[in-house]
Order: sequence, then structure tokens, then C-alpha cells
Amino acid sequence: MAGLHKSEFANPVINWVDTRLPIFTMMQKEYGVFPTPKNFNYFWNFGALAMVCLMVMILTGIFLAMNYQPNTELAFASVQHIMRDVNYGWLIRYVHQNGASMFFIVTYIHIFRGLYYGSYKSPRELLWMLGVVILLLMMATAFMGYVLPWGQMSYWGATVITNLFSAFPVVGKHIVTLLWGGFSVDQPTLNRFFALHYLLPFVLIGVIFLHVAALHIVGSNNPLGIDVKSPQDTVPFHPYYTIKDSVGICVFLMIWAGFVCFAPNFLGDPNNFIPANPLQTPADIVPEWYFLPYYAILRSVPNKLLGVCLMFGSLLLLLVLPWLDTSRVRSARFRPIYRKVIWVWILSFVVLGVCGAHKPEGIWVILSRVATLYYFAHLLVVLPILGKIERPLPLPESISNPVVVRSGLIAALVAAFFGLQAMQPARAESAEIRLPEQKWSFDGAFGTPDMAAAQRGFKVYSEVCAACHAMQYLHYRDLAGIGLSAEQIKAFAASVTVPQGLNDEGMPKEGPGTPASQFRSPFPNDVAARAANNGALPPDLSLIANAREGGADYIYGLMIGFADPPKDMKMQSGMNYNIYFPGHQIAMPQPLRDGQVTYTDGSPTNLAQMAKDVSTFLYWAANPEETERKQIGFRAILYLGFMACVTYALKRKVWAAVH
Amino acid sequence: MADSTAASTADSHGHDSHGGHPADPSKRDMLELMASAGAAIFGASIVWPLVASMNPAADVLALSSVEVDLTPIQPGQGIVVSWQGKPIFVRHRTPEEIKSAKDVKLNELNDPQADAARVKAGHDEWLVLIGICTHLGCIPLGNKPADVRGEFGGYFCPCHGSVYDTSGRIRRGPAPKNLDVPQYAFVTDSKIKIG
Ligand code: FES
Repeated sequence: MAGLHKSEFANPVINWVDTRLPIFTMMQKEYGVFPTPKNFNYFWNFGALAMVCLMVMILTGIFLAMNYQPNTELAFASVQHIMRDVNYGWLIRYVHQNGASMFFIVTYIHIFRGLYYGSYKSPRELLWMLGVVILLLMMATAFMGYVLPWGQMSYWGATVITNLFSAFPVVGKHIVTLLWGGFSVDQPTLNRFFALHYLLPFVLIGVIFLHVAALHIVGSNNPLGIDVKSPQDTVPFHPYYTIKDSVGICVFLMIWAGFVCFAPNFLGDPNNFIPANPLQTPADIVPEWYFLPYYAILRSVPNKLLGVCLMFGSLLLLLVLPWLDTSRVRSARFRPIYRKVIWVWILSFVVLGVCGAHKPEGIWVILSRVATLYYFAHLLVVLPILGKIERPLPLPESISNPVVVRSGLIAALVAAFFGLQAMQPARAESAEIRLPEQKWSFDGAFGTPDMAAAQRGFKVYSEVCAACHAMQYLHYRDLAGIGLSAEQIKAFAASVTVPQGLNDEGMPKEGPGTPASQFRSPFPNDVAARAANNGALPPDLSLIANAREGGADYIYGLMIGFADPPKDMKMQSGMNYNIYFPGHQIAMPQPLRDGQVTYTDGSPTNLAQMAKDVSTFLYWAANPEETERKQIGFRAILYLGFMACVTYALKRKVWAAVH
Repeated sequence: MADSTAASTADSHGHDSHGGHPADPSKRDMLELMASAGAAIFGASIVWPLVASMNPAADVLALSSVEVDLTPIQPGQGIVVSWQGKPIFVRHRTPEEIKSAKDVKLNELNDPQADAARVKAGHDEWLVLIGICTHLGCIPLGNKPADVRGEFGGYFCPCHGSVYDTSGRIRRGPAPKNLDVPQYAFVTDSKIKIG
């Protein structure tokens, strides 16, 4: 009877399974009665939160992959198909897109927890190193995932990041060609990135399993950083920490839902709403916020190879952190100097992030150099020396009571939030033009696009804009979203002549549209569009409200901003002066003038009114899910808030016996 | 059960609840119930959109109708057009085929249905069918005169030998039902619109 497990479960089915494969015993041991220091503060939630992130990302990712096309011709459109046509596709996609940011916020705080309380020190070195490997894998996964939508930022991000490897002498060029599968980022690159983006999360699961397994051998650190001395220092993981983690998860999901439903593109880049164009780099190219500090390190050195080495080095050094820090005291609470310098280090990291968001000019270059210097000096000089000269405070005898560090936690969260905010202005700053800010019907958490205005805007689009601008991601059936009835849509579609495939002789055929038809394009292809417009391509308007900094305000400004050029300005031939267009010279002649369109509802047809209506319509066209999204957001947040209260009340009851 | 764990932990660790209010078990049970029910509801509301995303998307549902010009189809011949990704058989029946379809007694049929119910009144010669075998989804032969048409002169499914007559009704073999008739209408005498 070698190896049959003696199970203690009473339920006969569980007992039968457990005798042969003791997974229930294992779960009970590792997550049920597992002795856990009883003095954790809320920083110890972040491991569980990261697990939640990973699970949500894998789940949503699998469903996205069912509709995504890893093909340079189709990728961008397939994402729009997910956003517009797939049931709840926008929800799944925005959860996934914002999930990447959530995952990094949580992981960075989790790492900070380890740094502050010395969780990397003996005997947890391997646990820490596995954590660093997890971070690296996460970065690779996030990077490749960002490439998949095949927008401008995807494409140029992929180009820049893969080109990092070209810095290495001799082999560099070959590595880059190998990564690309060609001589530029192209179809083979996208296809393999998709394959790897699907694979790596499962590799992550493997490494996380090892990370957790190592944790369960050496046991958790705690805010005091001292070893657990007796069973009195611990509580069983369940129910004490399962319930405490649940509180954190509810609050965390609330924040996530807030981003998804009320500011889904806050952390994104407008340029990624423009399909990849291998012939034109966007004016300001910035990576996602979670890569900004490393990006700033890269740019702080005026030497390609050194910059790349420092960038990778800044991460790889973390692997040897347990040996760089020579102090044997774990928690920063008992290290009066370390307690201060760790914040300086965090500050240097945040400053690097902010620098990364700005163009490398003037003050930002100096700042990023200083911050880079401290980042490395902290690891290579301060930590080794500090351990020798610092006089730690006396350590307590045992873990007595839970350590509450509310203020520290709040400080860290606030810092994280402002850090995120600070990483935003880079793009606004480059605009240097003050847009005429309007009050929009869709502003704020309760706002939804004004249907009447959107309908008028649609009239403006179809009578004016549609002469040059396509909206290829919209179909006539979508107009139900601005309140047109099925009959109105049918009638309108039938009044438009659209391409209808090939006739029996194999020639292109046209006929009246149906609700299922795409919005008719004014030109059969881009070449024809350029030829008809002095070489300038009128952009597709489906996503224009998201693809331009300022959104609806920008469109509005552009419509009303035509004027005579200032005396001292030299206009290029064929260009028109516009106050709100970056550079002020635009190929489009003034499209709207007073009274150009006849409204049926009696609204005034002056320029301002028409500009506002068409901006509302285009905003809706780019965000057709807005109304539903906000409704779902309210329900989700209310529900999660209620659950946070319930779990918190339960947590107090559970912990009442210990406190 | 969790209750007793908490209590025993407190006991064995020699703590008492110095807050002065020992945990009220009934209130705690209530909270536990709410928390687990809440988690279950939340789980379901996550699963719902994910599963819904696998259902046909808006563009698939909105697939347009197709129009078919009947003039080139000679008696005895048929064509196949694609509608919603499915093959649609459009067959110009000969007078003999129509007669044999009409003459069958309903009680001889596995899935009784009169021929008149399967064609449009006044257009007896046109048979329009979804060309998918009701057994397991193969496309039956017989739309072209050169095809094997089975013993009833209609359609024959090569997969498991279902035999359909000249009205597309199942006569022999494992298929349970007649071939489906799609929604269609005559736009003019020589043109139909499917869908
Ligand atoms: S599928 Fe036609 S007989 Fe089985």
C-alpha cells in the first residue's frame, strides 16, 4: 500500500479522491490552516490582488483571442469589431486593456512592500528572485500585448523596443532580425507576438507557482521583519487572511471598474486609435506608464549601448538585491536611515517615470540623470555601506499585535495616483494650443451623448464631411445608437449607393445599401483619396474623437478655427490657416459655414451649432458603448462597494477574537 | 465551522476579545452568508458577458439578404447561393418533379408536409431550400442534374445516405426532418429575395 494518503476528510467523495491524490489535504494545509503572522497590514493584500489580476487577464484574454486577428491588414479592424459588434466585447477589451495597468500598479506596490519590510533578505532570497523573474515576464507579456491592436503606438513601440537589442555589438543586428522575422516590424512580428503573448501568461503561472511554493517553505515576512517565534504569533490563513484579502479585492475591483467604465482611455494614448503606419512616426512617442522609468533611464545616457545596458541593469540588479543590502535587519521600521533613503529611491523612480513622459529637453534631461544616478547609487553604494554603519533600533521580542500602517499605505497610494497623473501631461504640453473647451452632453460620470445633437451631427457628416472622409468602422445599423428607428435606418441606407461585391462578369457592382452596409466611403481606396485631395489623405473619422488629444473639443475647435493667417506667417500653397490645428497649417479648406446644412428640428444652423453637433456625433461614433458603459459602471461600483462593506464587517467579526 | 476555528484560536492563544464585545455568532453567520452569496452573484456576472461574447456578434446577426435572378435557371437545373454562410438550393422543377412531389400521400412521409406548404403559391416550379441535411449537416447531392438524386429524384446525402424527394422532404435514411425552407419572397416573377 505504498503511498496511499490517509485523508481526514469526512465527506466520502472528497476522502476517496484525497486518499489517492491529496489535493484537498494540500489546500487545507497551504491555504486553510497555514500559520500566518498575525500582524500583517493591508500591504500584504497585494500578492492576492496580483493573483486576481492574472486570473482576470487570462480569462478576458482568452475571449479576446477568439475574435482577434493577428494579421497586419486585419488586426486594427478586428479590435474595432470586438469593441463594436461582439457582445460585451468593449467590456472585455477595456477590462483587459486597463487590467495591464492595474496589474502593474499592484505589482509595483507588492514589490515596494518587499523593499520596505526587507522581504528579500535571508531566507527569502530565492522567493524574491523568482519575483523579479515574474516582473520581467510581465513586462515582456505587456509589451507584446500592447503591440497587438496594431495602432501607431503599438507599431512604433514595437519598433523602438525591439531595436534596443541592436545596441549590442556584432550580434545585435541579428537578434533584431530574428525578433522581427524580417527587416522591419511586420506580419511575422505581429503573428509571433500574438503567439508569445498567449503563451507567456501560462509561463507566468508556472513561475508564480514556484514563487508561492517558496513562500510556503520559508513563510511570510511581516511588518516587524522578525521571525515567527511561537504559534501565538500566527493565525490560520483561513478565515483570517481570506477575509482580509476579500476586503482588499472588493476595493481594488471598484477602482478597476472605475477606470474601465468611466475613464477607459485615461491611461492609454490617443495615437493608438490611429492604425499603424510604417511610414510615419507619431510626433510624441511614449511607452505605457509602467515602462516610463526604464525609458527615462535609457534616454538619460547619451550613448546607445550604455543606455540599453543601464536600462536592463536597473532591473537585473534587483536579482542580487539580497546580497547588495548588507544589513541583517529586515523591516525599515528599525532602520532609521534606510527608512529615509528608501523613500528617496522611490522618489527617484517616480521622478524617472515623470521624466519619461516628457520630451528629453532642458530640465527633464538633468532630472532624469540625477534620478538615474541615485537609482543606481542606492543599490550599488548606499545599501552595501548602510548595512555596515547604520545602528538599528532594538527589535521587539515577538510579534505582539497587528501593525497598522494606514498612513504609510495611504501615502503610497496617493503617491501612486499622483505619479500616474504626473505621467500624463507630456502630450498636452506638446500641443501648446488652448482648445475652446465646451460643455458636452457626455461629460462627467452621468453624461450621455445628446441624441438630437448626434442626429443633427450625422446630417452634417453625411452632407458635408462624407464628401471626403470615410467612417469605415460604422454601419448604418449602428445609427440605432443615436436614436434612429429601424425604418429610418433602412430608408437612409437604401438612399445610399454602396459597393456590393462582384457581378456575374466579375466586375465591382454597386447597389442600394442595407442596414448591414458599412458607411459608404467617398473614395475606393487611399490612393484615390490622396489623388483627389492634393496628396493629403482625409483621415477616417470613425475614431477621430479618441485619436486626437482633446477629443470633441479639438474637433469643435478645428471646425470654428479657420481664419486669415497672421501677417508674418508664410503659408504653404494649398494650405489653410487654422487656430487650433497643431502647426496651424491644414490641408482641409474650411468645411462648415453658417447655414450650410438644413436642420429639420428647427435648431439654428450657425457654424458654432453645426460644429458642436458634428463633434457630438463623432464622439458618439468613437465611443458608441458610452451610455451602457457608464450604467454598468454604476451598478458594478455600487455592488462592489456594498460587498466591501459586508466583507469588512465580517473581517471585524472574524478578527475580534485576535485583536 | 469557521466560527469554532476563530474561537478555538482565540482560546488556545490565550487572547480574549478586549474590545468587550465577543463576536455575535448569528450576526457573523449572516455576514458570511451575504459575503458568499455576493461572491457567487459577482462570479456569475463575470461569467455572463464572457459567455455572451461567444454568441453571434452584431455584424453576423445583421447579415443582409440576397437577391437571386431566376431567369438563367433551366427546368431540371438548380443553383446554389450563399446566404448567412449557408448553401441555399434554388431548383427549377420539371412538371414531372412537381407532379411526383404533389402525388405523395402525407401518411407515407416521415415528416408529413404538403408540397404546397413548401413552395410559394403560383410558383410551383421553384423550390428553395436550405441545403443542409437535417441529420448531421452535410450538403446533399442532387441540385445539379448530373448529381446522384436518390430513388425519389430529389436529393441524396452522401454522408449517411438520407434520401429526399423533389420537395426536399425526408423519405429514407437517418435524417429526422425535411430540408428547411428559408424565409424568402418573390420580388418579381423572375427574382427572389432570401432573408
Ligand atoms: S449528414 Fe446527411 S445523412 Fe448524415
